[in-house]
Amino acid sequence: MLRRFRLEEPQSVAEVSELLGRFGESAKVYAGGTELLLAMKEGLVQYERLVNVKNVTGLNEITVTDGSVTIGALCTHHQLETSAALTEKLPALKKLEQNVANVRVRQVGTIGGNLCFAEPHADPGTLLIALGAKLITEKSSSKREIAAEDFFVDAYETALEADEVLTKIQVPVPSANGRSAYLKFGYLERPSVGVAIAFNLNGGVTGVKVAVGCAGPAPRRVAAAEALIEGKSKDEAERNLAQAGAVAGRAAQAISDLHGSQEYKEHIVGVLLKRAFQRALS
Amino acid sequence: MARAMTRHSEAQSIPVSFTLNGRLHEIEVEPHELLLDVVRDQLGLTGAKRSCDVEVCGACTLLVDGRPVSACTTLAFEVRGRSVLTIEGLAEDGKLHPLQQAFIEHGGFQCGFCTPGMILAAKALLDENPNPSEAELKHFMHGNICRCTGYKKIIESIMAAAKKMRVKA
Repeated sequence: MLRRFRLEEPQSVAEVSELLGRFGESAKVYAGGTELLLAMKEGLVQYERLVNVKNVTGLNEITVTDGSVTIGALCTHHQLETSAALTEKLPALKKLEQNVANVRVRQVGTIGGNLCFAEPHADPGTLLIALGAKLITEKSSSKREIAAEDFFVDAYETALEADEVLTKIQVPVPSANGRSAYLKFGYLERPSVGVAIAFNLNGGVTGVKVAVGCAGPAPRRVAAAEALIEGKSKDEAERNLAQAGAVAGRAAQAISDLHGSQEYKEHIVGVLLKRAFQRALS
Repeated sequence: MARAMTRHSEAQSIPVSFTLNGRLHEIEVEPHELLLDVVRDQLGLTGAKRSCDVEVCGACTLLVDGRPVSACTTLAFEVRGRSVLTIEGLAEDGKLHPLQQAFIEHGGFQCGFCTPGMILAAKALLDENPNPSEAELKHFMHGNICRCTGYKKIIESIMAAAKKMRVKA
C-alpha cells in the first residue's frame, strides 16, 4: 500500500520545472515508476506530490541526425530495444536495453527515469558514458548539456538541479570503424557488475572509453584503464587488458555487499573488460 | 484494503474509464492506489497474485493494451483509456484459450500460484512472436518465476499452444 500523494499532470517541460521548483523536495518526477514506486512502497522515500511527466509531448521520440541519435527521456526500454534506429546505429545500446530487468519493467520503465533515479545497479549509464553521450536538460528558462560521465554524482544522486528536467539523451553515432560493447554480470535481480568499452579500430585502437558500473555507487569512466589501451596495436592492447582490468576494478569503488565482496567484484570487472574488448572486436 | 482507508476531504479522485476483459468499466481511484489492489479487491478478480511485490516475479502480471505489466507496481489510474486483460478474461464463452488448455495437457503448473501471470505473459509473447525459438521464449519469460515446476513443462506448454495457435491462424 502506498501512502497518499497528490498527482500533478503538467503538459509542458516548463510546467514540470515550475512545479518542481515550487514544491521542492516534497515533489518528485514520476514517469514509469519502476524504481520510484518501489522506493515509495518500501517507505524509503515519501512525497506529497508526484509530477506525472507522461503527458508532456515530444519526449519519447528517437531521431537520427547527421552525427547523433537523440533519444527522448520518456522512451521506454521496450521502445529502445525495438527501435530500428538503435539496431542500425547503436547496436550495443539496443542489446543493453533488450536485457534491462524483465519484460514488464521494460514495458513501462523509461531511460530518463533510469538515469535520473541513479540506482547503482543499473545498466544504461555505464554504456552511455563509454559512448560519449550528452544529457540534455531543461529548466523553466534555460537548457544545458551534461556529459554522461559527469551526470552520476553518487548513489541515487545526479547532477540535476532541483527544478531541472532531463529531456533528451544525445548519443554520437560511432564512425564506420567504431566498436563498442557492454557486458554485465549478476545472479540477483539487478546487475552486480557492468563494463562498457568503446573505441575506433583503424590499424590501432584509438579513442578508447572504458566505463564501469553497478559495482560502486555510480558508473564511472576510467581514464587510467583507457591509457593502457589507447593508441596501441590490437595485439598490444589485448596484452594490456589484464592490467587495464585491474585498474578499472579498483576504480569501480566496489563495496562488499550481497552482490559480492569488493575483491570479487573487482575481479569480475577485469573479466568483463577482457570479454567486452573481444566482443567489441567481433 | 483500499476501501478501508478514511477518505480525507481533499482526497483526489481520478475517474478511470477502461476496458476490462472486453467490457467497459468506469471507476474512480485515488492516485496512490495500485492496479493489483483495485483488480483484486475492488473488482474481485483474484487471479493476479501479490507475491514479491517488487516487480521481479511476474505473479501479478496483467496485460495492458496487450503488453505485460507488473500490477503490483502500476498506479491504477494509468489504465484510463486502455484495455486490461486478466486471466479471468482469457477463456471465451467458457472455452479455454489454447494456452490454458496446453498448460493443463502438458502439466505446466503445480501449485498454480505463478500460473495466471505465466499464461498472460505467454499470451503477450505469442501475440508479438507467434513462432518463438526456445531462446526467445526464455528471454521473454525470464521475468516470470516458478518455484514448483523447474520450467520445462511451462516451456513445453507454451510451445505446444504456439503450434496450435499457428495452425488455427
